[in-house]
Amino acid sequence: MPEYTLRIRRYSPESGEAAHWDDFEIDLDGHRSVLDGILQAKDRQDGSIGIRCSCRAAICGSCGVRINGKPNLACHMHLDKACEDAPDGVIVVEPMGNMPVLKDLIVDMDAVHWKKMRRVTPWLLPDGDPPEREYIVAPESMIDITQTMACIQCGACVSDCLSMEVDPLFIGPAALAKAYRFVGDPRDGQHEERLRDLAEDPHGIYDCTHCFNCIEACPKGVAPMSQIMRLRRIASADHGIEDRNNGYRHEHAFVKNIEKNGLLHEADLLPDSYGGKFHPRAVPELVTSLPVILRALQRGKVTPAGALLHKHKASKEVKRIFRDVHDREERYELNLYVVGEEEDDNPPSMHADAAGSQLPAERSPNQ
Amino acid sequence: MKVAYWPGCVSRGFAPELHGAMARVAPLFDIELVELDRAACCGAGVIAEHNQELADTLNARTFALAQQEIAKGADLMMNICSTCQGAQSECQERLDANTPYRDHVNETLSAEGLTYEKGITNKHFLWLLVEEIGLDEVRRRVKRPLKDLRVGPFYGCYIVRPTDRLGIDRSHPRDTYLHQLIDALGGTVVDYAGQYKCCGFPIITMNKEASLKQAGRHVGDAIDAEADCLVTPCPLCHLNLDLQQPAAAAAVGRPLNMPVLHLPQLLGLAMGLEPKELGMNKHVVKPSSVIDWSTSVVAGAPA
Ligand code: SF4
Ligand code: SF4
Ligand code: SF4
Ligand code: SF4
Ligand code: FES
Repeated sequence: MPEYTLRIRRYSPESGEAAHWDDFEIDLDGHRSVLDGILQAKDRQDGSIGIRCSCRAAICGSCGVRINGKPNLACHMHLDKACEDAPDGVIVVEPMGNMPVLKDLIVDMDAVHWKKMRRVTPWLLPDGDPPEREYIVAPESMIDITQTMACIQCGACVSDCLSMEVDPLFIGPAALAKAYRFVGDPRDGQHEERLRDLAEDPHGIYDCTHCFNCIEACPKGVAPMSQIMRLRRIASADHGIEDRNNGYRHEHAFVKNIEKNGLLHEADLLPDSYGGKFHPRAVPELVTSLPVILRALQRGKVTPAGALLHKHKASKEVKRIFRDVHDREERYELNLYVVGEEEDDNPPSMHADAAGSQLPAERSPNQ
Repeated sequence: MKVAYWPGCVSRGFAPELHGAMARVAPLFDIELVELDRAACCGAGVIAEHNQELADTLNARTFALAQQEIAKGADLMMNICSTCQGAQSECQERLDANTPYRDHVNETLSAEGLTYEKGITNKHFLWLLVEEIGLDEVRRRVKRPLKDLRVGPFYGCYIVRPTDRLGIDRSHPRDTYLHQLIDALGGTVVDYAGQYKCCGFPIITMNKEASLKQAGRHVGDAIDAEADCLVTPCPLCHLNLDLQQPAAAAAVGRPLNMPVLHLPQLLGLAMGLEPKELGMNKHVVKPSSVIDWSTSVVAGAPA
């Protein structure tokens, strides 16, 4: 049997002792999971190791931890793969981030994850009286939300959300992906109310810094960030929700800026993001951004002419592309999670591997 | 080597020193830059957020223009902005994965006589240095090793995540290339907590406090790790880390004074170029810890 070393972070808040690391030697086959390793250490060496788990097959979402610094399900990561990734061959296992530790590898999901989940009203709010029997929906109209339905509530995305790291009030990736699950559901009757709520909340959809950490973290291919971008798109394009966080204005200012100039003209973007140079909201914001622009001028980064005049103009071809695409009756949104990647002779590569993952093969952590 | 060169917008707008430094450094590595001057902004993720097809079509157009240059002898397409790399890779992933979709996008481009053929190679300058030129070659050309210079790599987001889209795997550990490059230039790599985190730029107009706190925290972490300067492959990161640094310092309540260099600037210094011709005087945080301005010699290195 190959031997592996697990380095587990130990911490019990009530003990009053500082967190520390313990090393455990385990002997298991390389294709067994890190969770199997932790359970063997717990069984044979130290029964007090705190770890939460149930299904051991990447379905229940209870065993989220950080392995070698990256969030994952402990039951979804093979020991040999984890060992290869470990800088000095020692597999480092620690609790997830952004949530308080209860004991060792167990974090307080209630205090953060579930609280945020409740924040987005995660149930259907249909309009009018329920139908006599079941709701009937066209299958195509549900396909798009299957991606968010794949979420197993493990919290891996929450663990490494970079906006949440600086703004603990941020609703966060898992809950916002869940919000899209209902905004994209044709049976729900409160799409606009939901979106308005999430757009107006300063810690809502416009608080996501687009860092891709949640996409990278998710063991189920939910891509929470992509769902947040969809929420923004629907809020702004379909419902015209002009939020007080400047999300709507920023998006529109950016798109108009490119449509007009072809290249981004930053000096205009700033005021336009706040509603234009003469918008009442823009004035205080511009006064606070003035030092930035002055610094840029002073250091010769931009010339006054460069800051004020338009150097470039979009070509008529670029303008035509904007027009053509904007004129379509419906947005054409290709979702590779749904359609899969084309392979030369094979059908789309979505499949379930032994551990129950629905990730395309190339995204499986064990490849 | 000849490349179809996409400089992006910011390197010609608020961070012109980047474009300038790139133009200085390229000949030292026999890189001929054929600028894609008719191409439009990649959309930086914001156009995709607004309308995916629009972003995909604009970038397919850029790729098609690059492919015209490639047909005329350029080796590949190159960019100098992580955000361009990430945003363009995202569009390319969709365009390459689905033929009907690509045909649909090409239909829009056909009015201009352009077509995007699946499979363009589009590499950030950092990737090109490591994968096409090779760090041994870089090492050979170093004129002024960055001896005793402690450099913190700041990767940011778009060039390292998601790993599968960006082609990061064991044979292409692109998430270590800044480390490798700093080392090849004779500098000392300083690891610090924020090196793979987000600079906060995307939400600067939406949640300024959270945005500046991110920038401030990472710069602070680098100070605690005793870095002399940071180097970044992305001009947008540079805006939040350098241009906004005084505001970021206020947001995190600690003085920061960390010079932030663009990748070609760090490279240019080691190649013996003068700080001024690399535009380093245009930064908000004066790179005085990096440069002894009186002699223009890299700090600590014997002249
Ligand atoms: S399948 Fe989903 S939506 Fe339907 S009842 Fe079960 S939990 Fe609710
Ligand atoms: S992309 Fe947004 S939601 Fe996802 S981890 Fe980053 S900040 Fe959080
Ligand atoms: S979105 Fe993915 S990472 Fe986040 S809780 Fe759901 S399954 Fe876990
Ligand atoms: S990422 Fe930035 S620099 Fe690159 S094209 Fe887009 S806006 Fe311009
Ligand atoms: S134990 Fe259920 S997901 Fe890991």
